[in-house]
Amino acid sequence: MSLDASTSVRAEETATDTGSGQHQTGTRGKTSQALSVRFANVCRAFPGKNGNEPHVVLKDITLDVVPGEVLAILGPSGSGKSTLLRAASGLDAPTQGTVLIDGTPVNGIDDRCAVAFQEPRLLPWQNIHKNVELGLPQGTPKAEGQERVERLLELVELAEFAHLRPREVSGGMAQRTSLARALARRPGVLLLDEPFGALDALTRLKMQDLLLQVHEAHPTTVLLVTHDVDEALQLADRIVVLGRKPRETAASIAHVFTVPGDRPRNRSDEQLGRMRLTLLSGLGVDTHRH
Amino acid sequence: MSTSVETPSPKNSNATDTANDDAALQPRVAGPLRRGVGAKRAVLGAIVPLVLLLLWWLSTSVLGIFSPVQLPSPGSVVEAGIDLAQRGELWTHVGISVQRVLLGFAIGAVLGLTFGSLVGLSKWADALLTPTIGAFRAVPSLAWVPLLILWMKIGEDSKVTLIAIGAFFPIFTTVYMALRHVDKNLVEAGRAFGLSGLKLLTTIQLPAVVPSVFSGLRLALAQAWLFLVAAELIASSMGLGFLLTDSQNNGRTDRLLLAIILLAVIGKITDAILGVVERKAVSRWA
Repeated sequence: MSLDASTSVRAEETATDTGSGQHQTGTRGKTSQALSVRFANVCRAFPGKNGNEPHVVLKDITLDVVPGEVLAILGPSGSGKSTLLRAASGLDAPTQGTVLIDGTPVNGIDDRCAVAFQEPRLLPWQNIHKNVELGLPQGTPKAEGQERVERLLELVELAEFAHLRPREVSGGMAQRTSLARALARRPGVLLLDEPFGALDALTRLKMQDLLLQVHEAHPTTVLLVTHDVDEALQLADRIVVLGRKPRETAASIAHVFTVPGDRPRNRSDEQLGRMRLTLLSGLGVDTHRH
Repeated sequence: MSTSVETPSPKNSNATDTANDDAALQPRVAGPLRRGVGAKRAVLGAIVPLVLLLLWWLSTSVLGIFSPVQLPSPGSVVEAGIDLAQRGELWTHVGISVQRVLLGFAIGAVLGLTFGSLVGLSKWADALLTPTIGAFRAVPSLAWVPLLILWMKIGEDSKVTLIAIGAFFPIFTTVYMALRHVDKNLVEAGRAFGLSGLKLLTTIQLPAVVPSVFSGLRLALAQAWLFLVAAELIASSMGLGFLLTDSQNNGRTDRLLLAIILLAVIGKITDAILGVVERKAVSRWA
């Protein structure tokens, strides 16, 4: 277990430090190419209300994610986890610094990324199939697009429910639809913003396994924002913990952990158990009581 | 899942995947059930009108509590209707009124949809137009009547214009508000998947407001009938509103009641037709 508790992470260290090399080789002809992501000194401040000082949410985020890696972003609520993800997707722009995907800066909505949000955000007036279709990049030939949507619906085990509307399916099914919609883009980088956070515990575990399957089938770089330590330990190659220093409003990278062992991991592994305690105390939870 | 009326929603996080089969069955179960409820409602809804009719009949034809000038019997109202129909006047009155309502409603609806969409989608148009439209809305609509008559004379134009004004505001307001309140999360999801401009509008924003547009249209239709009577009461030589004033002047309470009943029935029919279209649209788009 490499416990990188130093404040910032350098590219050279992390690139060699991760156990994710095997996923790079998984890029097959028909699937998308996993792309690298680099956050270079990313800062995000929101304008203050009534002429107050701007509210700085994130600062000095420097981080390299290697192609095919699954990176979990963990942190207490309000620590800017989602803001970091939105900067990578192009839904939001950092006030300082840049995000580079595959070496080129993100500028506006980036079609190399696909996002799955905490809520499924499906169009209620379209069926599951049409909702997944929404994820296809514009200009995808019709036949190819249909075939891809059907394959993805198979993958997330929704083929027989493709004709139903979102309100006719369960929360887990809606979230799987959302995941399939994101994958329909063939993203080089898959951005997941607490995608399983609103699901019940059992469905969440199933979804985590599904995500690992999907990652096997479609090797892509995954940035996963989560507040669930166990989820991060189960899914990620590395875990980035965002945190604030006392008396500061801006969060930055507090720790980076490399999670040992190949996936799927034994949920009751002792080494993971110790890391779990470290992570929880890093998040300010009193571990003696848990 | 014991009650078959309940449909699992995406927010219902407890619904695990074992609920799949139930979920698939929901629409089929709900169909005939709702139809049974509909029939029951229709029967219940008919009770009060029938009781009122009975009381009306008893108090006039049987007990004679009211004089025919105060309240004519149901029979004499029917006779008045047959009389007017035989003379051909009834169809003239009904026809011209329906024509005015439909024409005014159509004009008001098109304008309402256009301005509502424009102001709802463009911040710029919102800033430019909302104060003015708000001020116009604040004018009690009947205040336009003298001006419209001055400008357009007592013809069809002034009446149709007044009805269009009446129909415009409900549609404008509902479309504008609905576009303002389209789920921001959905719009953001659309943007995240590369939609923008016209494509975003037709894929997400417009479908999202279809149900509100229809409730606006129904409100507008009710307003159109209201304004029709206002226009015809003040200055006209034909139409149901004219029949009302004319009957009042001639002491023909039977015809007066006939006009009121016709307004109620025709208004209800047009609303029901639009209601059917609305339900279709809501089940498609909501």
